[in-house]
Amino acid sequence: MQVPLSWYLIVAAALFCIGLYGALSRRNAIGVLMGVELMLNSVNINLLAFWRHIEVATASTPAALSGQVFAIIVITVAAAEAAVGLALIIAVYRNRRTVAIEDVDMMKL
Amino acid sequence: MSIPQVTVSHVVFVILSAIALIGALGVVTTRNLFRAALFLVLSFIGVAGFYILLEAEFLAMVQILVYVGAIAILIIFAIMLSQRLMAPGYKASNEQWLWALVAAVALFAALAFILLNVGWPTAEASVPQGTVAELGKALVDPDQYLLVFEVASVLLLAALVGAVVIARER
Repeated sequence: MQVPLSWYLIVAAALFCIGLYGALSRRNAIGVLMGVELMLNSVNINLLAFWRHIEVATASTPAALSGQVFAIIVITVAAAEAAVGLALIIAVYRNRRTVAIEDVDMMKL
Repeated sequence: MSIPQVTVSHVVFVILSAIALIGALGVVTTRNLFRAALFLVLSFIGVAGFYILLEAEFLAMVQILVYVGAIAILIIFAIMLSQRLMAPGYKASNEQWLWALVAAVALFAALAFILLNVGWPTAEASVPQGTVAELGKALVDPDQYLLVFEVASVLLLAALVGAVVIARER
């Protein structure tokens, strides 16, 4: 007996909302980035749960893999985002000696 | 929603959700950012367990390698390089945390309400053997995902160059 699809979706929704809370409430830019990583992870759980429960069951070709390919692309983009985001945080820290997001407002008029 | 027969995979699912959600709650509630990063690793490992339960073994390995091995270490490096923030009396959350909590709980309630009221299909089919080999072929097959693969490599190259240029000492 498989674990039902809705269980995965509920856990992924909970993970997404926890990540959203972290991204909105943290003062530190690295904390915000960690919240975004949690949200990306929950999206990947959704993609793979739908792949396992719907695509595998309904696909016409023997190897239906678009769910897995989607998840790989999300992981790739998350890695690129983390690299550039942390480089930005290091650059901001070097210039302003802070990574608290309310102090980084140079682009505000 | 009828309660299905309890099997080993249900028990494993509950344990993995506990790992992933406790890790995630630790990430957003811990004051010390370094401990938050370690909780993030715990959450990533729980998610890798979900991938194994969903019979996507390759993705589970990629999750451990990329998230735990690379992204978490990168985050810990960034925390170490901005250590001054861990001073005592430092406030971890900003003044809009209450609104953020309300928004997150409201979004979860809406999502749970919708998800529980949809008649999701159940999977009767089993995953065919050797999906890892098929995935490898599909990623470099011009008729399937070759373009996606190439775009991803260009994206990673751009991110690599961009990260070096942005973080470089001038």
